[in-house]
Amino acid sequence: MKFIRNILDKQKKQFEKGGKLEKFYPAFEALDTFAFVPNHTAPAKGAHIRDGVDLKRMMMTVIIAMLPCLLFGIWNVGHQHFVANGQEADLWSKLLIGAQAVLPIVVVSYAVGLGIEFGFAVAKRHSVNEGYLVSGMLIALVMPPTVPLWQVALGTAFAVVLGKEVFGGTGMNVLNVAMTARAFLYFAYPSQLSGSVWTYNPPQGYSGATALAIAAETSKVHPNSADNTAIVQAFGEPFSFMKLFIGDIPGSIGETSTLMCLIGAAILIFTAVGSWKIIVSGFAGVYLTGLLLNALAVNEFMALPAQYHIVMGGVAFGIVFMATDPVTASQTETGKWIYGFLIGFFTVLIRVFNPAYPEGIMLAVLLMNIFAPLIDFYVIDANKKRRLKRFKYAV
Amino acid sequence: MENLISIGVRSIFVENMIFAYFLGMCSYLAVSKNVKTALGLGIAVVFVLAATVPLNWLVQYYFLRPGAMAWISSDLAKIDLSFLSFIVFISVIAAFVQLTEMAVEKFSPALYGALGIFLPLIAVNCSILGASLFMLGKSFNFAEATVYGFGSGIGWLLAIVALAAVREKMKYSHVPKPLRGLGITFILVGLMSLGFLGFMGFAI
Repeated sequence: MKFIRNILDKQKKQFEKGGKLEKFYPAFEALDTFAFVPNHTAPAKGAHIRDGVDLKRMMMTVIIAMLPCLLFGIWNVGHQHFVANGQEADLWSKLLIGAQAVLPIVVVSYAVGLGIEFGFAVAKRHSVNEGYLVSGMLIALVMPPTVPLWQVALGTAFAVVLGKEVFGGTGMNVLNVAMTARAFLYFAYPSQLSGSVWTYNPPQGYSGATALAIAAETSKVHPNSADNTAIVQAFGEPFSFMKLFIGDIPGSIGETSTLMCLIGAAILIFTAVGSWKIIVSGFAGVYLTGLLLNALAVNEFMALPAQYHIVMGGVAFGIVFMATDPVTASQTETGKWIYGFLIGFFTVLIRVFNPAYPEGIMLAVLLMNIFAPLIDFYVIDANKKRRLKRFKYAV
Repeated sequence: MENLISIGVRSIFVENMIFAYFLGMCSYLAVSKNVKTALGLGIAVVFVLAATVPLNWLVQYYFLRPGAMAWISSDLAKIDLSFLSFIVFISVIAAFVQLTEMAVEKFSPALYGALGIFLPLIAVNCSILGASLFMLGKSFNFAEATVYGFGSGIGWLLAIVALAAVREKMKYSHVPKPLRGLGITFILVGLMSLGFLGFMGFAI
């Protein structure tokens, strides 16, 4: 640690006022505070700082919470590769293949996103905001392992510039940055983002359908049956409930494992970085909507047992890491319950009733991002009215 | 009954006037600076849409479509006035908006002041005429037309209050100078319709 500090201190002069590289101070400052907690001290009066956690440390907590998903994702990409090719392999070769597929995506996402952030910071002469640390990882984790790297770069650039920087940068965006990137790619290049072959380097003619695709297909085959075991049977051994929960199935890099997402959720809740209300109400929304559709079932997808909705696709990942984004979620405590619940609700509705999209979590999160400020407005309004009433009685 | 529910839900979410057809943008962009005013205009639009679409349906059914006037006398049975539908529809809408304006002025002068020029301009709000013409194209019956008009209005209302709430929150963001005002709002509406794309293709 000491020698990093020394290097930074040596370089500092060039970036300070009057130095050669004065213009690039924001970039230098970003690297400096990334490595070390800045030594700002609160003034004696008028400060309300409770602890030394700044935005960067908060973002790092989220990244730590995502690490289980990332590591499992790397292993799973390798695992799926060998399964598709019908080979046996040990842990290390799986990790190696997985890393070959996943790390370039992570690197491209960070390089493009941070490059744009640094550029904007230098041009606008403010310090680099740390928001992208999380978005960069999220973007990589919601991509399928087969996505072309230039598409990752394009989607990232779109989301960072039009989704965030035009609104003023970190903390000002209306839509979740990672979801914007994915939605952009989804609609611009549907063949790569919604294809059925999501396995890295598969053999010719291999079709690695995801659980959601199988569910939709099975339901189409028997249009008028509401048999609640049909889809579960079609899942069979490769998509048993346990497998869906553990996550060794094809899918986007980080989203397959519900278990890893729950570990992440535990970290977020324990450190109070993510709102437990959103996470709980989100899962409740998915489950209760599933039960409701069971009661009304007219086709097999509606009759699918509700607990499967929680473990299929990216629901867990979306609710734990996307919905809890403090910038785009509801800010009021009551609002968080409503917001989370509606995300779960719309996810299941889009899955079951919209044949155009196999998965609903991405669009449900974006949709509720739009309505989050409105929910807040009415929660605050109701609160004001309640207090006014109390005041009237008091007088 | 199921058919009516389906038309209602579709017109609110799937065929949303703003996010699917981009109709009625002028007042949508101009009157969405705060939620209260936006809500007022939204309710006015719901009211006008819910009334003019069925009204225009009646006009179309009893006067304009080929052979519509057979109920008056058999001499008129051959007349086809459907080429007049645009001009007749817009007059019905304009007349109705005048009525609404008087009602709003009488019962809520504050809202009347806040809406200003945009209240009479509802008459030329594209979504109003748009809904009447879509109603024609989809050959609805009377009940369906009523539900469709009401649903389209609710969809417009939802869109404008959502945008207004986001814009109220955006007062605190540092939008780059050249984009302030309408520029950022256009980008915002584009991103919002990306969120609404989730409903595209819903099978209800």
